[in-house]
Amino acid sequence: MNDQLSQAFAALSDPTRRDILARLAIGDATVNELAEPFDVTVQNISKHIKVLEEAGLVSRTRDAQRRPVHFEAEVFDLMTKWIERYRQQAEARYQRLDAVLAHMQDTSNDNPITKRRSS
Amino acid sequence: MSTATSIPDAKIEADSNVPIIRITRDFHATPEQLMRAHTDPELFAQWIGPSNLSTKIDYWDARSGGSWRFINIRDEDEYAFRGCFHEIGENKIVQTFTWEGDPEGVSLETITFERIDDTTTRLVAQSLVDSFEGRDAWLSSGMETGVNEGYAKLDEVLSNGIA
Repeated sequence: MNDQLSQAFAALSDPTRRDILARLAIGDATVNELAEPFDVTVQNISKHIKVLEEAGLVSRTRDAQRRPVHFEAEVFDLMTKWIERYRQQAEARYQRLDAVLAHMQDTSNDNPITKRRSS
Repeated sequence: MSTATSIPDAKIEADSNVPIIRITRDFHATPEQLMRAHTDPELFAQWIGPSNLSTKIDYWDARSGGSWRFINIRDEDEYAFRGCFHEIGENKIVQTFTWEGDPEGVSLETITFERIDDTTTRLVAQSLVDSFEGRDAWLSSGMETGVNEGYAKLDEVLSNGIA
């Protein structure tokens, strides 16, 4: 895994940072705007933004006076692919297990699914 | 109580506070059959590995305190995995899992088989690693296990935010 992706996953381990990203997915916002809904200092939010920025999940415009924070959807999409690939691997594995189970039922004498146990 | 909603496709859940990944999936089988498919080495070898690799069981002692090792093979490439069956319960397996390429990265896996109705059993496989860095290593390995945290929740939060 490249460093950026690894950093992105690490950055998402914090619930405040996830909330910040959720807000930024709607549109760009300044640090002050981002700090408003939270019961923490602007400095604290700035630290979170820095972590997200280093992870490549957000960027900040250098020249603009307000320096709004921008959500970088591309890195997020990359993460989506990773987790979906992992899910697909699990699903493929369990489809093979489906086949094994079906074969077990065909060959089993005491199959409780097609032949109920006497109770 | 179990939810009535069936889960025919593997579902991934992530815990936001600990490096856990949880996979849930329903099977048309009994808990006993799923236990057998997880503990009988011949049956296990038929489904565990990627379809483009063959699986060879090296050793396999499916009882509480026993150990296991298998190798995924494709031509010259070999990927070995090993661990311990910590506890084999009635409808539950607690085991460790290590890819030998990263022997210090160990995940603790708890697999439960819950009877939903006469024909359906729900498998829940939970993997816990020792650190978020360890989780990233699992994920990047592209091997048979890995964990992700926070992400699934974020995805939900984001889609809610956009909606």
